[in-house]
Amino acid sequence: MARVVVLGAGVSGHTAATFLRDWLGSEHEVVVVTPNSKWNWIPSNIWVGCGEMEKEDVVFELAPVYEKAGIDYRQAKAVSIHPEGGENEEKPYVTIEYTGQGKEGQSETVTYDYLINATGPKLNFGATEGLGPDNGYTVSVCTADHAVHANEELQKCIAKMKAGERQKIVIGTGHGMCTCQGAAFEYVFNVEFELNKAGVRDMADITWISNESFLGDFGIGGLHLKRGGYAASSRLFAESLYAEKGIPWVIGAHVNKVEPGKIHYEQLDGSTGELEFDFSMLIPPFAGVGLKAYAKDGSDMTDKLFAPNGFLKVDADYTAKPYEEWKASDWPRTYQNPDYPNIFAVGIAFAPPHLISKPMKSPNGTPINPTPPRTGMPSGIIGKTVAMSIRDMITKGADKPTHHASMAEMGAACVASAGKDPIHGMAAALTVYPVVPDFDKYPGIGRDLDYTFGEIGLAGHWIKHILHHMFIYKAKLKPGWTLIPE
Amino acid sequence: MEHIEKNIKPYEPSFTTMVPTNVVRFFRTCLIWQFIRFIIINIKMLQVVRKSHH
Repeated sequence: MARVVVLGAGVSGHTAATFLRDWLGSEHEVVVVTPNSKWNWIPSNIWVGCGEMEKEDVVFELAPVYEKAGIDYRQAKAVSIHPEGGENEEKPYVTIEYTGQGKEGQSETVTYDYLINATGPKLNFGATEGLGPDNGYTVSVCTADHAVHANEELQKCIAKMKAGERQKIVIGTGHGMCTCQGAAFEYVFNVEFELNKAGVRDMADITWISNESFLGDFGIGGLHLKRGGYAASSRLFAESLYAEKGIPWVIGAHVNKVEPGKIHYEQLDGSTGELEFDFSMLIPPFAGVGLKAYAKDGSDMTDKLFAPNGFLKVDADYTAKPYEEWKASDWPRTYQNPDYPNIFAVGIAFAPPHLISKPMKSPNGTPINPTPPRTGMPSGIIGKTVAMSIRDMITKGADKPTHHASMAEMGAACVASAGKDPIHGMAAALTVYPVVPDFDKYPGIGRDLDYTFGEIGLAGHWIKHILHHMFIYKAKLKPGWTLIPE
Repeated sequence: MEHIEKNIKPYEPSFTTMVPTNVVRFFRTCLIWQFIRFIIINIKMLQVVRKSHH
């Protein structure tokens, strides 16, 4: 009997756990450890954050789904990994601390044969003074609860505008090293759409602020699309939309402090500035969740297992080298830890070898560049790929991973909502292939133009809406769920 | 072209980008055209999904 422990039940962890449960016979165990009792379809938090969906539309209880599937579910947070076992335990294990199931605060050890770290990110609001809804002055759409709060604040803002009070709205990223620009991109256009719908658009000054060196970077160094006989940069695509909607932009910006009603930032040229706001949604930077690792003798070896940013090291080339020497082959293919072959990291939890966007610094030495996104489709594919490898290692005795999914050989389909309405709504539907540009294979723009495209329209909204229902259906393991692609 | 007259100001960053005309904006929510695009975009996305699974 083998036991696979999955830490985290986001897109990647849930995908890995459910496929493993489906493939492995009942003689093997699949354990999921996650601190949340609910699964959240995060892309639709945008619609919760502007009042177009309720929290209940984007979450569901994990326990009944895992019970039905035969997955051992522990509502707990992982605290440490002991890959060599410990003083009283020969097998490798993780220590966990319960957050629910009536055992709040209790600690436990869970041994494993294979471990998948899918813990996702820590929302590092603390990296910027005054950032975030809990100890700061900005709202967030990163969790369903944050999105509910964001909508409450937005509705207050709309009410003030209806009463004749002009409002300043600032949306974007809250630190120079943020990722997930796409979520902020979606939110700004959904808010703009909602203000139009409420008849108060003329009462709002909306500003976009982000760490991208050019609009449309999205943390992947931008992309090129075939449009009107040209290979057009995503910069034109994005700038066009902001200009059309009357949203001015501040880019290359590191938000270093937020005060009530005021955002302070530094830009790539070294200049500093301030933006006043009545309502602001700024995405926080991501960090690893802070898992520790210990050797058999109890000594701390967190540095061996994890990169300094807290993400788990996998089969990537982590050699520090300049941008000009970056290769597509630096990116991991199997997501297996080089020191402990029975440990894998998927989704946001794996440490990327370097940025995808070109690294940049202000003259003051402040790094201002988007960090690599690992969300959505890549996250799901990586989760399933690792599950396939572990299945083959357990059932076929394979001595190494049998499947690979490099982000430099993988595309992504992304649908960014720009207004939720079945007749008047819009979304930017984009695909990019590959996610990490391969300038050796595709000199010049790094990507295959035949599989990299994008357009704005109502069709994108329909697709986004269908994806919402399709992926929640799949995550609930309803009949035929395995047929729905990641 | 009200959106252009209202939102674009000379020599501001928005001045140097391309802005859609009313025809482009009409087609973005034209139900027949968007239904056709819906089919095409889905096919393209499925091709990318297929290429991404090894």
